[in-house]
Amino acid sequence: MATKARNGKSRRNLSFMGWRRENGRVGVRNHVILLPLDDLSNAACEAVANNIKGTMALPHAYGRLQFGADLDLHFRTLIGTGSNPNVAAVIVIGIEDGWTDRVVKGIAKTGKPVVGFGIEGHGDIAIIAKASYKAKEFVQWASEREREECGVDDLWVSTKCGESDTTTGLSSCPTVGNMYDKLIPKGIYGCFGETSEITGAEHIAKSRAVNARIGEKWMKVFQAYQDEVIEAHKVDDLSDSQPTKGNIAGGLTTIEEKALGNLEKIGRKCKYIEVLEPAEAPKAGPGLYYMDTSSAAAECVTLMAAAGYAIHTFPTGQGNIIGNPIVPVIKISGNPKTIRTMGEHIDVDVSGVLRRELTLDTAGDALIDMIIRTANGRLTAAEALGHREFVMTKLYRSA
Amino acid sequence: MSAPHFLVHSPKDNVGVVVIEGLKAGTSMLGVITETDDTMKLKAKQDIPIGHKVALKPLKKGDTIVKYGEDIGKMVADAGVGEHVHTQNLKTKRW
Repeated sequence: MATKARNGKSRRNLSFMGWRRENGRVGVRNHVILLPLDDLSNAACEAVANNIKGTMALPHAYGRLQFGADLDLHFRTLIGTGSNPNVAAVIVIGIEDGWTDRVVKGIAKTGKPVVGFGIEGHGDIAIIAKASYKAKEFVQWASEREREECGVDDLWVSTKCGESDTTTGLSSCPTVGNMYDKLIPKGIYGCFGETSEITGAEHIAKSRAVNARIGEKWMKVFQAYQDEVIEAHKVDDLSDSQPTKGNIAGGLTTIEEKALGNLEKIGRKCKYIEVLEPAEAPKAGPGLYYMDTSSAAAECVTLMAAAGYAIHTFPTGQGNIIGNPIVPVIKISGNPKTIRTMGEHIDVDVSGVLRRELTLDTAGDALIDMIIRTANGRLTAAEALGHREFVMTKLYRSA
Repeated sequence: MSAPHFLVHSPKDNVGVVVIEGLKAGTSMLGVITETDDTMKLKAKQDIPIGHKVALKPLKKGDTIVKYGEDIGKMVADAGVGEHVHTQNLKTKRW
């Protein structure tokens, strides 16, 4: 059941026990993953993960005949996922050696153990055997990596909301915003995105950039989405898609109303310091970043994980149940009906905000407390329930 | 203070959000403006589900609806004080 946020309880000590990786980044999980280069290699990865306990396969749908920016994003997402500090070691399996090696070399820059296997010329069974021996070596090695005490400034925390309703704008989104207002000044990396769902609040999003140059850069990304996605593909007005049916059932009426609630996640004080491409790792130092992402939950969280974010905070109103294979996804909800009917999916219950029993300041502290507990190893609801949605973003049709 | 029936983001808003389940027409409602902590009283004229909006002022077709102190769309049908504001009478101006 969700931990109910209560007034008068706050954590002073913001340190946690994490795994410091070879490149200095800190992970809060210690996964050994089987990463398929392409859809064809899912079966071999899943077979190895079944052979060697404590490893995990990340099957996905793509990787063949992609080209240009779409192919670049495919590689960036796979290399970023393998490079995430929540991952101790990686085995990449692809249909052929060339692109498999490209992913291996990209991940190897972190210094962590990584090997690749190409199936062509060997077949699944021989590759599964070779990869299983390696996976066993990696998982036993990883199981002896020791944790060390890390400061909160070693945390990278992303956010995206889902199945929003009017309660997210009143409670769970501003809870995340309050957390960012407190932790960004302490040196964490933050990230928000969802380009499509800022429609109607773009004037506010632009004004939250650190300077006019970054604000203009954000506006270009937003305009490109309007021109290339909405104007190019719309067949009627979007009022049946945005807000979604779930949003409307929850009381949201217009895209502007949804967008204003969404932006509550970045708090009152934070300014974003850079605009990132999908799955691009932040390079401008600690602070809040904007990433150009889809608003589909699994795609967005997968892209932020590939950028290196180690914990995700996910406000939900009507009850989105998403998780991620390598990043713990912390669910926050203020909707009492959702807490009552599907509480097993919620980590932090902030419904007290609606009853005026709980201030946003205390709700933010409760979320920070849950972030630290999660960093120390508490399984999130999504982890315990086995939610491992790994969804690559595809920009256009393959060749 | 007892728990409010509805919350309002900003004093500029002309709609509030019902935050209790099973609100029935005729209920004398307590509302709180979260930005200022000011309270207001209002009678519900319709059953309104949790999370859905209630009109705080008489709203006429064409009126701009303000929530979070910002424009969220326009009325396409009238709604009286205490009535339900949703897709049947409110639309975005964008599409």
